[in-house]
Amino acid sequence: MNLQEFKQIQTRRHFLERCAGGLGMAALWNLLAQEGLAGRLQTELAQVNPLHPRAPHFPATAKNVIFLFMAGAPSQVDLFDPKPELKKWEGLPLPPSMTKDLKLAFIKPTAEIWASQREFRRYGECGMEFSDLLPHTAKCADDICMIRSMYTDQFNHHPGQLMFSCGAPLAGRPAMGSWITYGLGSESQNLPGFVVLSSGDPTHSGSKAWSNGFLPSSYQGVPFRSGGDPVLYLSNPEGISENSQRARLDVLRDLNQERFADAGDIEIASRIASYELAFRMQSAAPELLDLSQEPQEIQNLYGVNNQPDSYATARKTNSNQFAINCLLARRMVERGVRFVQVTHSSWDDHTELNKRLKSNCEMTDQPTAALLKDLKQRGLLEDTLVIWGGEFGRTPMVERSKVGAGDTRGRDHHPFAFTLWMAGGGIRGGQIVGQTDELGLNIQKDKIHVHDLHATILHCLGLDHEQLTYRYQGRDFRLTDVAGKVVHQLLV
Amino acid sequence: MLTSSTGPESRPPTQLTPVSPRKLGILLASLPLLFSIVFAQDLTQGTPSSQTSPRVDFETSVRPILSGKCHRCHGSELQLGGLRLDQRKAALSGGYSGLVILPGESAQSKLIQLVSGEIKGKLMPLDGPRLTPAEVALLRLWIDQGADWPETALSAEAASTEEAPRRQTHWSLRPPERPELPHVMLRSWVRNPIDTFVLERLESEGTTPSPEAARSTLIRRLYLDLIGLPPPPEALEAFLADHRPDAYERLVTHLLSSSHYGEKWARHWLDLARYADSDGYNDGPRPHAWRYRHWVIQALNGNLPFDQFTIQQMAGDLLPDATVEQRVATGFHRNTLTQRETGTDREEFRVKQIVDRANTVGAVWLGLTVGCAQCHDHKYDPITQKEYYRLYAFFNGDKEVNIEAPLPGEMGPYLQQSPEYQRRRRELLDQYPALALQPQWEARLLEAASTSEVDLIWTLAWRKVGWLFDGGQEILRLDPSQRTQKQKDQLSDYFVGAYNHVVDKGKYEELGLAKLKEELVKMRAEFPSLSEAQTLIPHSHPPTTHLHLRGDFRNPGIEVRPGTPAVLHPLLSQTAPTRLELAQWLVSKKNPLTARVTVNRMWQEFFGTGLVGTAGDFGVRGERPSHPKLLDWLATEFMSSGWNLKQMHRLIVESATYRQASKLRLDLQELDPANRLLARQTRLRLSAELIRDSVLAASNLLYPVVGGKSILPPLPKGLADLGHRFQGWEKSQGKDRYRRGLYVLAKRTAPYPQLMVFDAPDAQESCTRRERSTTALQALNLLNDPVFFEAAQALAIRLLQEESGDVQKRLEYGFQVCLAREPNSTETDRLLRYYEQQREILRQEPASIAKVLPLELIDKTDPASAAAWVGVSSVLLNLEEFITRE
Repeated sequence: MNLQEFKQIQTRRHFLERCAGGLGMAALWNLLAQEGLAGRLQTELAQVNPLHPRAPHFPATAKNVIFLFMAGAPSQVDLFDPKPELKKWEGLPLPPSMTKDLKLAFIKPTAEIWASQREFRRYGECGMEFSDLLPHTAKCADDICMIRSMYTDQFNHHPGQLMFSCGAPLAGRPAMGSWITYGLGSESQNLPGFVVLSSGDPTHSGSKAWSNGFLPSSYQGVPFRSGGDPVLYLSNPEGISENSQRARLDVLRDLNQERFADAGDIEIASRIASYELAFRMQSAAPELLDLSQEPQEIQNLYGVNNQPDSYATARKTNSNQFAINCLLARRMVERGVRFVQVTHSSWDDHTELNKRLKSNCEMTDQPTAALLKDLKQRGLLEDTLVIWGGEFGRTPMVERSKVGAGDTRGRDHHPFAFTLWMAGGGIRGGQIVGQTDELGLNIQKDKIHVHDLHATILHCLGLDHEQLTYRYQGRDFRLTDVAGKVVHQLLV
Repeated sequence: MLTSSTGPESRPPTQLTPVSPRKLGILLASLPLLFSIVFAQDLTQGTPSSQTSPRVDFETSVRPILSGKCHRCHGSELQLGGLRLDQRKAALSGGYSGLVILPGESAQSKLIQLVSGEIKGKLMPLDGPRLTPAEVALLRLWIDQGADWPETALSAEAASTEEAPRRQTHWSLRPPERPELPHVMLRSWVRNPIDTFVLERLESEGTTPSPEAARSTLIRRLYLDLIGLPPPPEALEAFLADHRPDAYERLVTHLLSSSHYGEKWARHWLDLARYADSDGYNDGPRPHAWRYRHWVIQALNGNLPFDQFTIQQMAGDLLPDATVEQRVATGFHRNTLTQRETGTDREEFRVKQIVDRANTVGAVWLGLTVGCAQCHDHKYDPITQKEYYRLYAFFNGDKEVNIEAPLPGEMGPYLQQSPEYQRRRRELLDQYPALALQPQWEARLLEAASTSEVDLIWTLAWRKVGWLFDGGQEILRLDPSQRTQKQKDQLSDYFVGAYNHVVDKGKYEELGLAKLKEELVKMRAEFPSLSEAQTLIPHSHPPTTHLHLRGDFRNPGIEVRPGTPAVLHPLLSQTAPTRLELAQWLVSKKNPLTARVTVNRMWQEFFGTGLVGTAGDFGVRGERPSHPKLLDWLATEFMSSGWNLKQMHRLIVESATYRQASKLRLDLQELDPANRLLARQTRLRLSAELIRDSVLAASNLLYPVVGGKSILPPLPKGLADLGHRFQGWEKSQGKDRYRRGLYVLAKRTAPYPQLMVFDAPDAQESCTRRERSTTALQALNLLNDPVFFEAAQALAIRLLQEESGDVQKRLEYGFQVCLAREPNSTETDRLLRYYEQQREILRQEPASIAKVLPLELIDKTDPASAAAWVGVSSVLLNLEEFITRE
């Protein structure tokens, strides 16, 4: 399908979705007269269904995305981008020439340099460096493309997280997952196309990080929750058995069809279909969540039964939730879910960095590596794009904003240079892209903006970031606003 | 060089030009050589001496450079960055960043800096051939010699086109004219002027209107559209039995005077006002926001004329002797987001608020996407970036304040109990010696505010006052003797809560301040309080407003004064216009947009789509009206009615156009699939709030009290975790749980799920038109949400109690309650079969009966039969027709 055809279909779908009646109705009306309701109605409804799978603009290298969103901003200095030079300058302020225009959220530009206390080693054939807090992820070095030259224009969490997940620092814009399901639909007939899984603390951006913005709400991210119903209102009210529910849906379908025959509004047929999908979701979601179907060795690989580490327990965090979410992400991709956003929060280590970073890594390192290995051994990594990163990075300077005993030192927000990694789905693993200066303050080579990252992600999915647009309030909006360049260096 | 001077962007000189194009090319080509001989030394340094040089002639030497290299972006067609270089006056007054030509000072002239590449990363022109060193040198010399730009015929010609007022060619910018009523054939169908315009179009397309809808459909349509609730069975019965010729009009009168009318139409307005009960961003609570919503409901119920409705919201605080209610109305502007995330730049987010205020005025009253001109001149509509910041300037001098805005009945008890409250408060505070730390805490904060070399902890604590405590820094700076009692109380409350910013958790608890904080809250709850409202006041020293280059507030351009776009009618006062003048300008009868945009949104509410489909964009990129004359007729009618909203609503719903059946017609499928000709009504899925309201009304659970605070219905467990800081909101108890959808707490980052899945807007920015989607999550919500299941139980009980007849009678009653009509025989048969089946299932699962319908609620009836009615009720409440306005 060429771009023109794609656009025509988009327009047609758009039309059918919005207008009661519409051209589709005229066609449908004739069909109904000739053949009755059965059969063809399904085809017509598939066209109305906004999540019906659609071909990309050009051949894709990835079909699905797992977005491991490390909200709060993990410290690249302590995890991915070793800066031995910092030891030399430990305790000194940066030279004034470097801090002239430096604007930071909490600390003063004159805050002293604080070298990482982590040990770094090289891993894999490529010799990629990782900190001692990431022993598992390190073993996947040859599959990972590490970008040490990410930057953003936002240095606060709320706008930063929105920039990262929606491409704009303002709430009300569609999330990446919404854009992608808008562009490609979803392969799953029983599950939402864009699912959100969360662990750790609540994030600053909340539901805005998976909002459909101005796109139709069919493209909204659907949060699967850890407690209660995994999807809101998924289970029947108390006392309503499956039999009872089926009977309820049957009579609803029949009565709505009766109305359809009379009023002839395609919206009624669409409503009938939405109830059928809801019913299928009621059985598909619990099946998806049933991890007991997984062999023990797979459960162990992800560490879904690991004991909570003591610091996480003290913070009332479910320390194995991220492991569960990673395994669920794989199961969702297997079942055709287009975009899985797995958020872990919070890496916002203004204080007690060493303690908190260790705790977060203990919760996330093993499951992350397990996800990569598991996807790979099933042949899924080839067309699944995995992205790991936070909304910005952290300063090489110290922040001392907590009163108390022990090592309370932390690091402030750092939007000017941070690290993110990608794997699978057409990404060339085993390479490091970009370079920061010896203090890790600024980028020296291959700057990659968040817009560029988004353009590249869409490219992997076969979508041209300049063509994937939506008209809203007189303007054609894009995930990449008016910027973004595909970074071909990252690709196979 | 030769190529560029004869390229497409250079205009051929007119006959008056002394140099022919050909000659000009030769001249320019020879220039480098010429100058390299005469000024070789100076040129390499780029500073030819103006004293010793021959005089540069503008027409022969400078204009060709400007026209060849600059005019494409800075000429008569485009003026990027507000700069125009083809005309003397414009060129010498510079662009958005200020002057670019400083006669006599080439080194300081931005023109030179930009074309010579002296400013890193900024070399003009952006594309196309650059200026040669010789050309730059020539410009330098010309500027140093005084930038002499003679008023020749050529410049005069350019000037005349520039100075002409921009022609108002776009339809929406021309004032609406009252059209003649057209002649139509089917005059018997016409009920009021609206119909003649609609019919004229239908007849010209060779088609006819649809018959009037059934009376039962009409009453349900009127109820849902005017008050947002389904008709109660008694009202249905009375209307069907009312055979007076004006029965319909009487019903309209009745509904327009209902206090629920204000609720229905307030929700519509709140979409535009981006109303919410939380700040947005990291989303702290806004406990006083509801007071503004309360005002909107009252204003609409009182039929406040739309011009007054506008003025009070735009500038109620500036009205002479402004009343409390008028100041509450100005809370409209306080619905912008507030960033309280610590570590943020406060100025950045103050600017965002003002941008939002300007954009909202554009969307709501002008129907223009003015926000597109925030970073550059509007690409399509006649709004320059400078004009955008002139609109912005109206809002740049305001301060946010909260005021006491008591509702009737609050003041008496408050005054009576106030001394006792102060006594108890003193008594409580006296028990905590830690309060003695407050003066020292204040002193250190002030010290941190004035010096940069103190502990980071205290610097942050001072900045946190700014983020977390509105007006707190001002109070701290006041001498304690000058603080009011209220300010003193606020400050000590803040001290009690915020002392943990400067001490560790253990110390804070040891001092007992955490406990004191709790006690203060508890004690305050025991005393009557006054409602408060968020509003604006003008700043005593308003900052000057500058254009933001590329929309970046850190990059100020030229200074601008408040003003309105030149393409529209002028402001009354040009000297120092305020928000009040802006408000009056908006509702001036000369304004071509406000009335059109407002009646169009009304039309959208009654017909699903406006006469202009793009309700928020009346600009060049927006849709053209389907019925231009009707739009203008309505707009002029609206203004001449004295901006009377209820009268306009009456006019529309009493038209034959509105009363048509909504049934699809085969003959219209090809001609008018989207129903823009209005040969029928349109079926519309109810809005999120109206679905909730209808369910609660049908099940008799609705608690119909009008106005007041927000409520929080029961939320599923774990939901609150999804957003940041949901704490502090208590779930509503008792009947409050059953209030209408517009009262449900609007938490921006964690919206109430039912409202979100049914497309309620997210209140991030003004919403002029809602989507209507159909999703599986909506089905799950209606089927399984405990709120809706409880309603099904209540409806079952209602059917059992209010209709004591047989099963079929009850079914018919259920149809009346939910759909305002009788079931047909197929429907009756199918539901009866379901009822039997459901009863059978329940008999086989006896344990579930009590769960489906608590037995204590059932009187006499066989439990399985009674519980089967819950199933029937749930089916009725899930019908597509139930959530649709036919």
